[in-house]
Amino acid sequence: MSYGDKVLDHYNNPRNVGSLDKDKPNVGTGVVGAPECGDVMKLQIEVDQQTGRIVDAKFKTFGCGSAIASSSLATEWIKGKTLDEAMEIRNTDIVRELSLPPVKIHCSVLAEDAIRAAIKDVKEKRERAGEAVTEDAGTRRRGDAEKEDGETTSRV
Amino acid sequence: MKLPIYFDNAATTRVDPRVFEKMAPFFTETFGNAASRNHVFGWTAEKAADDAREQLGAALGASGKEIVFTSGATESNNLAIKGAAEMYRDKGDHIITCVTEHKAVLDPCKHLEQLGYRVTFLPVDRTGSIDLDELKRSITDKTILISLMAANNEVGTIHPIERIGAIAHERGLLFHTDATQAFGKMPINVDAMNIDLLSASGHKVYGPKGIGLLYVRRKNPRVRLAAQMDGGGHERGMRSGTLNVPGIVGFAEAARICVAEMPVEAPRIQQLRDRLHQGIASQLTHVTLNGHPEHRLPGIVNLSFEFVEGEALMMGMKDIAVSSGSACTSASLEPSYVLRALGVGDELAHSSIRFSLGRFNTQEEVDYVTAQAVAAVKRLRELSPLYEMAQEGVDVSKVQWKA
Repeated sequence: MSYGDKVLDHYNNPRNVGSLDKDKPNVGTGVVGAPECGDVMKLQIEVDQQTGRIVDAKFKTFGCGSAIASSSLATEWIKGKTLDEAMEIRNTDIVRELSLPPVKIHCSVLAEDAIRAAIKDVKEKRERAGEAVTEDAGTRRRGDAEKEDGETTSRV
Repeated sequence: MKLPIYFDNAATTRVDPRVFEKMAPFFTETFGNAASRNHVFGWTAEKAADDAREQLGAALGASGKEIVFTSGATESNNLAIKGAAEMYRDKGDHIITCVTEHKAVLDPCKHLEQLGYRVTFLPVDRTGSIDLDELKRSITDKTILISLMAANNEVGTIHPIERIGAIAHERGLLFHTDATQAFGKMPINVDAMNIDLLSASGHKVYGPKGIGLLYVRRKNPRVRLAAQMDGGGHERGMRSGTLNVPGIVGFAEAARICVAEMPVEAPRIQQLRDRLHQGIASQLTHVTLNGHPEHRLPGIVNLSFEFVEGEALMMGMKDIAVSSGSACTSASLEPSYVLRALGVGDELAHSSIRFSLGRFNTQEEVDYVTAQAVAAVKRLRELSPLYEMAQEGVDVSKVQWKA
């Protein structure tokens, strides 16, 4: 299979690779997929508490070139958006933008799932902070990778 | 050094120029039908095919009369398995093979299952080897055929053909081996190894595509097969169809060169393969070899690069042709069934790359591929959430993934 120019561009020059501090209250982390399936995406967003907009986004992906490109594109698109706006991104938008063939559609689905999982995570953090203002969310969650992944991982 | 580099010689090989030269006149000059008995065009074509037959027989320690030409190893496997099953239906209905065989063996066996035959698919261990005691135990009084490959196409593991053949003959069973990968790469003698049926292909040995053979033993025992292709009664009635004379001539020349050069070529290719393996393994952590560490074809090294997906890695190794056991390289989204059978685990199967080296590869190419592979793996690991977790001390295999 040959790759489209946009997939190649994102593969060769992935945007926003890296990690944000997952313990910060305004950072949401979404980890979706599974190694056995050949794809794992971690997508993180940092939300400005004042404006409610996504000010930064980072990803790391284990997967094929199309999976890397889908998550790279996702981080590019969600930056500057509000959480509600980011929720509106559909996998079909990613398919169209990257000209993904049918066999690679699951990569775009995973990217959409990763966005949603990250948003869900940051919203839940916010709710928990509202419920128990005195509790430090960061300390409570630290070192519990298994649980955290379980919480933020959604369907593939 | 010329780009792109071809390290996918287990898929197919470049035709050796010496082979091509031998074939050329048989397209435009000596173009007769080997079955034309009444004129010189037919006679010369038949003579060329018979000489080739002798040469190919000699490469196996067999007689030319025991060679049946086919379109390739897929057809040879079909003819051997279905032809023997049909012919010996009165003697029994049980066939033994193993889970890592090529689809061209597995699918004919599954087809026979649908017709009421029983098939035992032996498991393999972590190296891709079968347990000979288990083979013995699975033989019943209804067993007619054992079909086990000489060497595996994905990981290169070599089966102990000689011992399997001895077991088969001790119990009066036919032994078929798919030698598509092994033929021309390691010594094969059908008598010493007790082989009754053997499949081989031209294009894996620097010969042309579209030509293969099935060795069919003529004595001790005399093997009979039910034809799967009916027609003019060519090839002793076992495979009708006009002979592909240029292909046959090319296949024979290719086999002659392989046998003549094997003592020098096999160690040279193996040295290149090991240089590649060691070069990569010395510069990267979390690299595992799939297949048998020693009993392996000289040209094949199949490696899993943990935390990196195979297709992405192939994209990263620009201008280098290799294969991957990753699901993403196929439409099925299932990773390699061979690696699964070895117990490699789906995650590492997705991370696997098969490098297969051959006659035309050089040390310069090996060093280039080593550097490209190492750089691509390092870059992709920086992108990998799994690598990050492993660096943080998380055991990725223990994480509960919701997929």
